Amino acid sequence: MPISLSNTTFWGYRRENGRAGVRNHVIILPVDDLSNAACESVANNIKGALPLPHPYGRLQFGADLDLHFRTLIGTGSNPNVAAVVVIGIEDGWAKRVADGIAATGKPVASFGIELHGDIETVARASRAAKEFVQAASALHRVECPLADLWVSTKCGESDTTSGCAGNPSVGNAFDKLYGRGVTLVFGETTEITGGEQLVAKRCRTPEIAARFMALFDRYQEVVNRHKTSDLSESQPTKGNIAGGLTTIEEKALGNLQKIGKKCLVDGVLDKAETPPGPGLWFMDSSSAAAEMVTLCAAAGFTVHLFPTGQCNVIGHPILPVVKICGNPRSVRTMKEHIDVDVSGLLRREINMDHAGDLVLECMLATANGRLTNAEVLGHREFVLTRLYESA
Amino acid sequence: MVIHFVVHDENDSVGVVVVEGVKAGDQLNGWIMDQDRVITHQAASDIPIGHKLAIRPLAPNDTAIKYGVDIGRVVAPIRQGEHVHVHNLKTKRW
Repeated sequence: MPISLSNTTFWGYRRENGRAGVRNHVIILPVDDLSNAACESVANNIKGALPLPHPYGRLQFGADLDLHFRTLIGTGSNPNVAAVVVIGIEDGWAKRVADGIAATGKPVASFGIELHGDIETVARASRAAKEFVQAASALHRVECPLADLWVSTKCGESDTTSGCAGNPSVGNAFDKLYGRGVTLVFGETTEITGGEQLVAKRCRTPEIAARFMALFDRYQEVVNRHKTSDLSESQPTKGNIAGGLTTIEEKALGNLQKIGKKCLVDGVLDKAETPPGPGLWFMDSSSAAAEMVTLCAAAGFTVHLFPTGQCNVIGHPILPVVKICGNPRSVRTMKEHIDVDVSGLLRREINMDHAGDLVLECMLATANGRLTNAEVLGHREFVLTRLYESA
Repeated sequence: MVIHFVVHDENDSVGVVVVEGVKAGDQLNGWIMDQDRVITHQAASDIPIGHKLAIRPLAPNDTAIKYGVDIGRVVAPIRQGEHVHVHNLKTKRW
C-alpha cells in the first residue's frame, strides 16, 4: 500500500532547543588529535559513551579553523546527541567548543589536559560522562511531526545503476517529503559537473541560482588549479569506473536524480552551515562520502539517505546512514550493508513510486530507532573537511 | 521478459547493462524508461553489469548522450551494441 505522509509522525527525542533527534548519543568529542586517547579512555570507562576521534585541530587558521569549530560545535549540537564531553589539549578551545554546543541548552562539560595529564583528565571527564549517560538513558522518545525530521542525502561508490535505480528512488522520496515542512539537503559540488545548469534551473529564484553558480565555479577553480589529469580515477573514482561510469558528466547526471523531479532548491549553504528553515538546500561540500556525511551531521541533519551502486560501506557515529542499492550484484555480494534493495526497478518488478515508498519506510523505521546496517556493523566515519594546509 | 539493459531516454546514445554475464553476440532486451518501451540489440562485445552499450553507432568527436544530456566526447569509433567506457569516451570537462 502506498505510504501516506499526511499525518505521519515519528518517535524522537525532544531536545532543549525544540529540535527532535532520532538517536540519543552521549559523545566524547576531542578538540584536536592529541585528545583522542583521553576521549577513547573515557568511552572505555563509561559504557554508552561514544568517542569521536579525528586527526585535526592543531595549527589551523582562518576559514579552515572556522570550519573546524563549526563542524565540532555542529556535531555536538545535533539533536541525535543528548550530551557532550569535550576534551582538548588546553582548556580554552575546549571551552569554546563546549560554549557553542551549550547554546542549544543540552548538557555539556569541557576539560583541558594541560596541567592535569591524561590520567587525571580521563578521571574527571569520566565522572561527567557517567552522569550524562545515566541522564540520557532516562529520556523517552515522544511522538514528533514529520516536519521535525531533517533528511540529508549523498551517494557513494556510484555506478550506472545508481542513476537508474538508487538515486531516483531517493529523488522520489525527496519529492514526497518536500513541501511537508521537512528540511532536506544535498551537495557534492564537483560531482554535479555537467549537470550544474540543471541545478541552477531548479533554484527557486535567480538570486539563489547565482549563489549556487558562484559556489560551483569556485570549486571548479580549485580543481583546475591542482589537477594533473582529467581526474579520472579520482572523480569519477576507480570504483565508479569499475562500476561502468565513464565521465564526470555521466556521474553528475546520475547523482542529480537524488533531488527528484519536483522539489526546488530553496537556498545554498556553506559547509556545515545549519539551514534557517525547511525546504531543499544545496550545501557546498566535498563529494567524498565521509566528509559530506560529517558536514550534514554538523549542519543538524538527523537521518541520511545514501544510495550506492558498487556499495560504499560508510556510516557515521551520530547520523544514521540508510543504504539504498539497485545493483543486483551488490545486493547479492554486499547484502549486510544494504538497507533498501531497489534492484526490482531494473527488472521492472516495482515502479519508482514503490521504490520511493520503500526508502521512506526504512527512513521512518530508522527515525523510530531501528538501527541501520552501518550502525550495527560499527561504521563510525567522522571525517573533518580541511580547506588548506595547517600553519 | 528479461530486461538486459535500460535506457533513460529514447534519444540517448547508450544504455546500461543490468544483468551479469552479457557476451558478444547475445540478443539483448532494453527498456527505455522515459517512454516505457522495449527495444532489442545484439551485444557487439562482452559487457559487465553496470557498463554501457551503444544503441547507435558513434564516431570520434561525437557527443555521447545519456539522460538526454551530453556525457562526453567519443574518442574512438563505436559500433552499435559495443561496450562504451573509458577506452572510447572522455569527459569534456577538466
